[in-house]
Amino acid sequence: MKFAIVVNEGPYTHQASDTAFQFTRAALAKGHEIVRVFFYHDGVNNGTKLAVPPQDDRHIPNNWAKLGKDNQLDLVLCIAAAQRRGILDEKEAKRQGKDASNVIDGFRISGLGQLIEAGIEADRTVTFGD
Amino acid sequence: MSEEMQQEADGKIKKFMYVNRKAPYGTIYALESLEVVLIGAAFDQDVSLAFIDDGVFQLVKNQNTTDIGVKNFSPAFRALGDYDVNKLFVEKESLDERGLSSDDLMELTWEDEDDDWEEKPSIQLVSRQEMKTLLGNQDVILSF
Amino acid sequence: MSILHTVNKSPFQKNDLRSCLNHANSDDAILLIEDGVYGALSGTEFSLLTSSSDADIYCLKADLAARGFDKNRVSDGVKLVDYDGFVDLVAQNDAVNSWL
Repeated sequence: MKFAIVVNEGPYTHQASDTAFQFTRAALAKGHEIVRVFFYHDGVNNGTKLAVPPQDDRHIPNNWAKLGKDNQLDLVLCIAAAQRRGILDEKEAKRQGKDASNVIDGFRISGLGQLIEAGIEADRTVTFGD
Repeated sequence: MSEEMQQEADGKIKKFMYVNRKAPYGTIYALESLEVVLIGAAFDQDVSLAFIDDGVFQLVKNQNTTDIGVKNFSPAFRALGDYDVNKLFVEKESLDERGLSSDDLMELTWEDEDDDWEEKPSIQLVSRQEMKTLLGNQDVILSF
Repeated sequence: MSILHTVNKSPFQKNDLRSCLNHANSDDAILLIEDGVYGALSGTEFSLLTSSSDADIYCLKADLAARGFDKNRVSDGVKLVDYDGFVDLVAQNDAVNSWL
């Protein structure tokens, strides 16, 4: 079955991203297809490459990036939500005249249409948030 | 061609319901939810909005955000009709519990092209029981 | 059509569980996750609400264990599931409504 996953909270403050991660991993292990993981609201902060959690803690952005790489997942950060919160990929940073970008490899930035499209494409849409 | 075949030919038409249960301004959820609805309108899906619990506060009229320095996004609800988003279901019990009536809500309308462009109200008050049925009848439920 | 509802907030703090119970149809399923698992505890004002619900009530075991509880402290009728069970509930129902 095809699942779309929506993550509406950032890493660490709220458990939503952890739950979404565990769910996604379990769904993949059961042979389901993840058509897209869409990060919205503060969820876009899951895509930062600048997070440096303590060594004995989980690295949420890296874990998502690795899960994405291992399973060819489409990890999408909403562009409108990301720009508000200072999450920019190289292309956007250049376009906005910023001297730094901070999106981790394996995530991409795109529009809200990708959320609706995922909802249309998937058999089930599951939202994790606050 | 039957309506069903037409839909098949046009691609998938799904029933999308946006569930709004949060008040505006205290958090950004209501505003960013509305942004999804406006973008989603371009996808020609069967879209409706549900306002339950504190979500009904989003539709209160006379919102004035001048002194909090936050953009008043309530006028954007008026644009929904132009995007053919014209099913805004407001739960009556949620209004009652908050001491509100439909008089406290913005007047939102849409023009029905199949009825000589007559202006019709977009907001429909429904009972909790009706809301329950509506929720049980969706393909995709998005809540933020 | 049946819906899987998820509730992730403590009912002692927020009204999400109550609202969800008020809006769930009898053939729906409700899954308590994250702080929502506190709604599964026995001997609280919510135990009666959940046990009188027509919808099936589930609780995510991992979140319950993380918070120091196990099946012995859960109201009668609440079924425990792991993440695999969560995935199955999503697949078995026609849509998911997250009570955020």
